Amino acid sequence: MNTGLRRNTAGRGAAVATRSTALHAGAWWLWALGLATAASRTTNPLLLLLLVAVAGYVVAARRTDAPWAKSYGAFLKLGLVVLAIRLGFAVLLGSPIPGTYVLFRLPEVPLPDWARGVRLGGKVTAEGLLFALYDGMKLATLLVCVGAANALANPARLLKSLPGALYEAGVAVVVAMTFAPNLVTDVQRLRAARRLRGRDDRGVRALLQVGLPVLEGALERSVALAAAMDARGYGRSADVPAGIRRTTAALTLGGLLGVCAGTYALLSASGAGYGVPVLLLGLVSALAGLRLGGRRSIRSRYRPDRWGARAWLVSGSGIAVAALMIYAASHDPLALAPPTIPLTAPTLPLWPALSILIGLLPAFVAPPPALPRPTPVSPAPQVVPAPRVIPTRRVIPKPNSKEDRT
Amino acid sequence: MIRFEQVSVRYDNAAEPAVAGVDLTVPEGELCLLVGPSGVGKSTLLGAVSGLVPHFTGGVLSGRVTVAGRDTRTHKPRELADVVGTVGQDPLSHFVTDTVEDELAYGMESLGLAPATMRRRVEETLDLLGLAELRDRPIATLSGGQQQRVAIGSVLTVHPKVLVLDEPTSALDPGAAEEVLAVLQRLVHDLGTTVLMAEHRLERVVQYADQVILLPAPGAAPLQGAPADIMALSPVHPPVVALGRLAGWSPLPLSVRDARRKAGPLRERLADRTPPAAPVLPAAAAPVAVLDRLSVRRGRTEALRQVSLTVRPGETVALMGRNGAGKSTLLSTLVGLHTAASGTVTVGGLVPSRTKPGELIRQVGLVPQEPRDLLYADTVAGECAAADQDAHAAPGTCRALVTALLPGVLDETHPRDLSEGQRLALALSVVLAARPPLLLLDEPTRGLDYAAKGRLIALLRALAADGHAIVLATHDVELAAELAHRVVILADGEVVADGPTAEVVVSSPAFAPQVSKILAPLPWLTVPQVALALEESS
Repeated sequence: MNTGLRRNTAGRGAAVATRSTALHAGAWWLWALGLATAASRTTNPLLLLLLVAVAGYVVAARRTDAPWAKSYGAFLKLGLVVLAIRLGFAVLLGSPIPGTYVLFRLPEVPLPDWARGVRLGGKVTAEGLLFALYDGMKLATLLVCVGAANALANPARLLKSLPGALYEAGVAVVVAMTFAPNLVTDVQRLRAARRLRGRDDRGVRALLQVGLPVLEGALERSVALAAAMDARGYGRSADVPAGIRRTTAALTLGGLLGVCAGTYALLSASGAGYGVPVLLLGLVSALAGLRLGGRRSIRSRYRPDRWGARAWLVSGSGIAVAALMIYAASHDPLALAPPTIPLTAPTLPLWPALSILIGLLPAFVAPPPALPRPTPVSPAPQVVPAPRVIPTRRVIPKPNSKEDRT
Repeated sequence: MIRFEQVSVRYDNAAEPAVAGVDLTVPEGELCLLVGPSGVGKSTLLGAVSGLVPHFTGGVLSGRVTVAGRDTRTHKPRELADVVGTVGQDPLSHFVTDTVEDELAYGMESLGLAPATMRRRVEETLDLLGLAELRDRPIATLSGGQQQRVAIGSVLTVHPKVLVLDEPTSALDPGAAEEVLAVLQRLVHDLGTTVLMAEHRLERVVQYADQVILLPAPGAAPLQGAPADIMALSPVHPPVVALGRLAGWSPLPLSVRDARRKAGPLRERLADRTPPAAPVLPAAAAPVAVLDRLSVRRGRTEALRQVSLTVRPGETVALMGRNGAGKSTLLSTLVGLHTAASGTVTVGGLVPSRTKPGELIRQVGLVPQEPRDLLYADTVAGECAAADQDAHAAPGTCRALVTALLPGVLDETHPRDLSEGQRLALALSVVLAARPPLLLLDEPTRGLDYAAKGRLIALLRALAADGHAIVLATHDVELAAELAHRVVILADGEVVADGPTAEVVVSSPAFAPQVSKILAPLPWLTVPQVALALEESS
């Protein structure tokens, strides 16, 4: 990303993102999910491209240099892969869309009777391909929106906002997330080591053979981490009277059952009448259970994310985009889902396009990331002839330091 | 502050207790150093203080350990978390969160401290350890020394009375090690923290200790006393102590400064003598490896820039420089793990990255930083058989090498059960089975005690005399002084110094060995050199 972009936006009011001014991770996720909801309502390629552009612009303007921010590129690639797969299937398996413009014909594989309705090969029509393209673009846009949230908000900070009773589950997820990159480095290191033994380091077989040592290493690291966490006070808990413990269990279990029953009732045809109240009752009871369960945990939270005016604006912009698109989808379905039969060039509907542009708001109201520091990261240069310079640390008097440096 | 009463620990499935009959008291506010050869139970003793032994590791602890009045039998590690802070050998396995500030707060969150208190203590700790600039940085992007400081900081925020450290400087370059030790000094002096620390690299730490606890042999009772007294009889000791013992100085000096004050007469005795000159290598011999203006990129950074280097048979070259200077990249490039972005690299006339692994191992062998990465089999015998097969060597070649390096190792031992030094020797045998003319070692002395290091030095000398060329990347200045004919110093991927060991290391305070600092301006580097000269003159 270019620094010019950052400099342009840095002057517009929001203070540079630090720990205290950083936007609540939940706000970024709401914004991204809002865009994703909007994407799920349309197959108009122009609107989808606009959504991707909006998400991309915000990411370019507001992401930091942190490792998780680099995942955006991976999500973009994943989106392209999904699109390619969707098109590939449309070409190979044919499309349910009856089309008249035949682009080319693949040799058709005759299938036995029991597989009727499935087709392998055959004619490929422009309509079918276009339909698949629109559909694939929708999926890819959803992925890109999730990737944007991932790049803009540290997933670990989002987990910190979980209620106390869920804290332990949150830690498990955070630990798993920090382990994944370690696992990748382990695999690379051990594959390199195979080369040192004179064995091939490429191919599937090499990968399989390092599997066991990698798992062994991961296990050892988990045990070391568990020891370190234990020694740092993980799992200290407060004494809770037995009565409260039982109430917690009953509330949580009952609540979850209620949620399940309510959802089932809502989805089935018959129970629409009592579905909503049962679902609500279940939710309330489960939340109460979680709240009571939090009493067992004595943990406190260090500098939790604050939900301020900017968080309202960012999340609000995402929700507004979603709401406006849902409204547009019910009032002007043709503009949002351009027909592929007959083949027509999609047009850009004015009002939905303008409403998507609301999603650009975070690029202006969210705090910009701090500019990368001009100094290199290594803090203690000690190149041979030059004396050691430690810019930030106070000099600590130490016996014989004078003597050692002559 | 820490009290051991008749403590012995026996692990499950072990015939002998790991430690036995330990009676110790560490008073409040002292920096106490735990020393001894590998495998005498130093880590077990440290673990017993934090309660991880036996609550976490299993095994049986008899006797009683109390820390700040709390008995570890009745208090689990998590209930000792507010009085004992523990930092292990590998800081990376210590971190639970992903940024510096969160990591510092983690322990306090577990204890349920008030948010205002946490905030204040994090700020204080950031200043105390010089981490303020790094507060928002992801931990994975920090250097080794910075990570070690964050690990120490993360246990300091809960204001523990006792700090337990297992080899805090072993993996660090000399500069980063000084940073960490300066922090420990400050904790002991300013905050009155009691520090109990185990460390193999005594030359770095012994002068800072108030007390030394020596575990002389497995199962033997520990000796405790003033550093100078214990060093006089310790089997593990730094070069400054070895020189002091040789010259008969009393009381024994522990720091370069003390030794220099006493070294006047010794300098006079040695003034008219010169250390044995480095063996002259036949200049005509064809080089085994040539790097010509080599640049290597790793991701977006240029790990090596315009590096030129020639290694001849029989030559030992030490690569030095801070963590991340490009030492490991250079070694990896020689075995073809990285390709040159520009310039050329040839080993035995071949381009490593374009040579098949099976062919390359007969030209060059690398023992990586973690020797265990090279070992796959369940037994020593299996490992040796696989090595012979990989190298197309006669069956038994590797096993013969293992027997020579590690007398008494059984065929059916699992490589994981070997000690650090034994594992290194096994990996070395596996690599040597292919008889490569060029041998590369990455940080070979990490985790080795002085005895194992001595054996390694003798072995590598013999290999060099045999005509093997050896390149080692190391932070250990004493090792480089003993072994290397030539020292190459790398900084930010560039060669900043290249020359005979005596010239390069003496001119640089960070890389000079202790003997050279004590006897400067005389050109002596190691204790054996001095011992030989004194023997000849008497």
